[in-house]
Formats: sequence, C-alpha cells, structure tokens
Amino acid sequence: MSTLVIADHDNQVLKGATRNTIAAASMLGSDVVVLVAGSDCQAVAQSAAAVAGVSKVLLADSPHYKDGLPESLADFVVGLTGGGQFSHILASATAFGKSVAPRIAAMLDVAQVSEIISVESPDTFVRPIYAGNAFATVQSKDKIKVITVRATGFDAAAVTGGTGTVESVPAGPDSGKSVLVGRELTKSDRPELTAAKVIVSGGRGMGSAEAFKVLEPLADKLGAAMGASRAAVDAGYVPNDWQVGQTGKIVAPELYFAVGISGAIQHLAGMKDSRVIVAINKDEEAPIFSVADYGIVGDLFQVVPELVKELG
Amino acid sequence: MKVMVPVKRVVDYNVKVRVKSDGTGVETANVKMSMNPFDEIGIEEALRLKEAGAATEVIAVSCGPAACQETLRTALALGADRAILVQTDVELQPLAVAKLLKALVDKEQPKMAIVGKQAIDDDCNQTGQMLSALLGWSQATFASKVKVDGDKLTVTREVDGGLETINITLPAVITTDLRLNEPRYVTLPNIMKAKKKPLEILTPEALGVDVTPRLITLKVAEPPARKAGIKVPDVKALVDKLKNEAKVIS
Ligand SMILES: Cc1cc2nc3c(=O)[nH]c(=O)nc-3n(C[C@H](O)[C@H](O)[C@H](O)COP(=O)(O)OP(=O)(O)OC[C@H]3O[C@@H](n4cnc5c(N)ncnc54)[C@H](O)[C@@H]3O)c2cc1C
Ligand SMILES: Nc1ncnc2c1ncn2[C@@H]1O[C@H](COP(=O)(O)O)[C@@H](O)[C@H]1O
Repeated sequence: MSTLVIADHDNQVLKGATRNTIAAASMLGSDVVVLVAGSDCQAVAQSAAAVAGVSKVLLADSPHYKDGLPESLADFVVGLTGGGQFSHILASATAFGKSVAPRIAAMLDVAQVSEIISVESPDTFVRPIYAGNAFATVQSKDKIKVITVRATGFDAAAVTGGTGTVESVPAGPDSGKSVLVGRELTKSDRPELTAAKVIVSGGRGMGSAEAFKVLEPLADKLGAAMGASRAAVDAGYVPNDWQVGQTGKIVAPELYFAVGISGAIQHLAGMKDSRVIVAINKDEEAPIFSVADYGIVGDLFQVVPELVKELG
Repeated sequence: MKVMVPVKRVVDYNVKVRVKSDGTGVETANVKMSMNPFDEIGIEEALRLKEAGAATEVIAVSCGPAACQETLRTALALGADRAILVQTDVELQPLAVAKLLKALVDKEQPKMAIVGKQAIDDDCNQTGQMLSALLGWSQATFASKVKVDGDKLTVTREVDGGLETINITLPAVITTDLRLNEPRYVTLPNIMKAKKKPLEILTPEALGVDVTPRLITLKVAEPPARKAGIKVPDVKALVDKLKNEAKVIS
C-alpha cells in the first residue's frame, strides 16, 4: 500500500507546506507517492521527486488542472484510488487542500481527519479542536484515510535526498463546474507568512492602514513576514491573507511580535506555538501577556520606533 | 430560487472551553451556546439575496439534539422563512451532516446552499465541500463576495495568497468567510414573529441516512501550557533578552 500526497503548487514551484505533508506521510510507514496535477508543471514534478522520502511522482499535466479548481481534481483523485493501492490520501491544510480533500473523502464515503498535528500510528492522529484549546486523538477505521496536515505540526522534509521517479498519468475530464477569472495576490518582498522565521503582527491597536506602516521598519530590520489579527483585516488595514488565527493562518515562527493585539483565543490559536512571543500593548491586563515570553506595556507608537533604533 | 443555510449550534466563541477531567471531551454543560458565527454570515447572505430578489425562500437547517431548535429560532428571527431540525442525539461528524443535508436538498430542491466555512467547535472545515461533492454541484469555498446573475455566480474567495475570483453555475455550494458580510442583529419584534414561523422536525432514519460516527475519539486532552513569561521595563531590556536569553536575534 502507498500514501498519496496531493501537491500544492502554482505550476512553477512546490509550495513549502507540501514538504511538511510529505514528512507526515513518511511517518505512515508506506511508500510516498506525490500527485502533481497542473498545467506545464514538469518543474514542480521534478522538485517533488527530489524531496526526501518521495518514491514516486504522478504527473497529470492538463490545462484544466492549471488553477487548482477542486471539482475536476477531486474526481481525478478518486479515479486514481480505483486500483486500491492507496491506504492514505494527504493534502496540506492550505486553502487549496481544504477545498479539495473533503470532496475526495465524501466521494469515497470516508471521514476526513482535518489538520492533524501528529501521527500516533497509521490509523490514529492528533488534531486540535476548539481553537486549539483541546487536542483530540482520533482513530479512523475507514479503508482509505483522507487527511489534511497542519504544517506547524511536522518539520518539512528536506528539499533534496529523494530519488523519486516521475510518471506521467493521463488527466481526467474537465468537470467545467468552476472557472477561474482572476487573482488578486498580495505582492510582497517579505518571506511568506507560514514559512517565516520572524513575524511582526499588528492588531486593531494600529489604528489605521497608514499607521500600520510603523511596523515596516521593524519587519525590515528582522527580515520578518507581516501578519495581523482579524480586527486589523476586517478594518481594512491590511489584506485578508495576513490574518493569523483559528480561522486564518496557523504559524509557529522562532519569534512572533504581537503589537496592539489583545490576545483573543481565536488569535492565540494561530500563533501560540511560536518559540518566542513578544507582546507590545498599552493595556497591562491584555490576555496576550499570558502567552508572551516578553511583554512591554506601553504605547506601540513609542515602543516600536524605539525598538527599531535599539536594534541598530 | 430557494436557498438552504445549515446552522450549527456550538459553544459560544467567547467561552474558554475546558477539557473534561476524564478525557472524553470538553465541558459543555452550563456553557453558553450560540449559532456558529460563520452560519450567521450564511443566513445574512441568504437574506440579502432574498432582499435583492435573487432568492425566494431561505430555509435554515440544523442537525443535532432538540436544543438546536433554539439556534433555528435565532435563524428565523434573523429572517429565515422556515426551519428544519434533523433531530438526533448521536454525535454528528461532517460526513453524516453532509449526507443529511443532501437528503434535505433532494427533498426541498434549493439551488444554493450557503454553508459556514468552519464550525468553531470541531474546526473541521469539511461539510460544505462534502455536500457539494455528494450533490455533484459546483463549489466556492471561503467566499468574501458573491454576485448572482441569473444562474451564474461570480464569487471572490479568500485564499492563502490573497483573493481569487471564480465563475460557477447554479446549483452550487458556497462556504462563507469572515469578510462576506456583517450579520444583522436579532430584534425583539422579530423574535416574537419567529415563534410563529414553521419549524419542521425530522430524523436521520426518516431521511434514510446512517449517521454512525466514522472517527473514534480515543482521548481529548489539554494542550501543553506555555510557561509564563515576564514583562520587561523597556526596549533595551527586551533586546538584551532576545539576544542573550532567548537567542532569537543576533
Ligand atoms: C468566528 C470567529 C473567527 C475568528 N477568527 C480570528 C482569527 O483567525 N484571528 C484573529 O486574530 N481573530 C479572530 N477572531 C476575532 C477575535 O475574537 C478578536 O476579535 C480579534 O482577534 C481582536 O483583534 P485585536 O486584538 O487586534 O483587537 P482588540 O481586541 O480590539 O485589541 C486591540 C489591542 O490593542 C491595544 N492597543 C490599542 N492602542 C494601542 C497603542 N497605541 N499601543 C499599544 N497597544 C494598543 C489595546 O490595549 C488592545 O489590547 C475571530 C472571531 C470569530 C467570532
Ligand atoms: N450539525 C450541524 N447542523 C447544521 N449545520 C452544520 C452542522 N455541522 C456542520 N454544519 C455546517 O457545516 C459548516 C462547517 O462545519 P465543519 O465542517 O464541521 O467545520 C458549519 O458552519 C455549518 O454551516
């Protein structure tokens, strides 16, 4: 039996989270096969084949897989399982993986185990529930286990070391059920939020989109990604993809700055596994201080520029 | 066009849940329960479609114990036209809920289901996608904007890199994200009116759906606690700690 990992990619590069998923797949004890479905995505297949632990890459190259739309892709993956060779199907808990994996599970009439953070055995997994306030250990008796993997739970498999072969497979039909008409992707020279070593996040306390910029020199200095609370996104200070939390991105950098963020459980759910947390808040009672390793009580508009200066 | 909106009864988002000492789950006795926030957004969107003339009827559906009637009354007070409870005391997992919803879609023939992206208790993020797959419908997850033009929909979705816009054709399942709308509040007169709106009660058996859980929860435990940190007096002390104690910057 093998484990099938559905690669998350943009037809040019393999998304980092896929390597965390491959790492989880490697713990299941059988061969790891990666599916790269896309358009003109040969390079992605090559890099997937090189990832440590991968034994084979299935490449399905067709224009209708270009945009990662879930309907055709789920049909195709279900078709791949027909031979009964896959015991597990894994996807990253990214916007892409979350959209496609439950469709596959439903069509196979099996449960999905969402956002696992640990593999206890090939049928038993740990997953956070209630915004990470409890960890559930769940066992699946289904014949095929469909799983999404939370990247912060697994160290990414190495970029190289794999000796996988790339095998082209014929694409399935285009369901035509959805069509991409456009993307408005946030442009940034900073590291990607979920892969960054340092993150500087701002909340409602930033006050405005203009004032949010006070965090930029700090992020520049530390080579950090920038994040935000839901309140800052809802208020339009920053784009939606900056949201960290239970219903946003889950991050666990080496160093996380929470600036003008109160520390609601929904925010903590997304960042409390960071190695070191720094909180800057003018309210000394703010709940964020209960998870912060180092807290400074003060006005962020004073503290942040001072901090930038102190960092030299 | 009829629109179906599933609404789940969950522990209120303001409650800090506690794990039961016997490790079987979390404490839900005497805890405030509310409609899943993403479902409030779903109801709001359906009501706006109705107010704009694109929808004719909004049907709220909940699956679970008798107490879900309360959640459905809230949906009716917000403006849903009628409600259906699929009543059971069995623990419902997303696949079972999706099957129940499919059975109701077969019965009621809505053209659209607006499902929450995620229930804030199980954090599964599955049910809408599963329903869409079981029905063979189009799917638009994590919607932050929905434009209806006849049977064509243009949906803006919140994805990892920003926003993505897709076109889909009805029938379709949409799942709601936080920025789709700002739900209205329930008013007292509407709570009174809601008491007279129809609330039908069905069972999984009557719908011919096997809801037996597929996943077995072996244990529920507290996550490891973070050890308490300290407050530092100024940025000088902070930088010193980050450099010499935590060694996260050089
Ligand atoms: C269904 C649902 C899902 C959610 N998902 C998420 C999620 O994924 N992520 C998330 O973050 N939230 C989420 N939330 C929202 C969450 O409950 C909180 O409302 C939100 O995190 C609050 O954001 P905030 O801390 O920026 O704002 P606030 O709670 O308003 O806090 C602002 C803080 O800034 C401080 N402040 C103000 N001015 C200054 C200043 N000049 N200097 C220093 N400090 C200052 C204040 O003391 C305060 O502590 C969700 C909520 C719901 C209902
Ligand atoms: N028991 C239920 N009753 C009604 N709707 C539900 C139920 N469970 C899940 N849903 C719907 O599915 C969404 C996603 O739930 P989940 O897949 O569990 O995260 C919720 O926001 C609801 O819209």
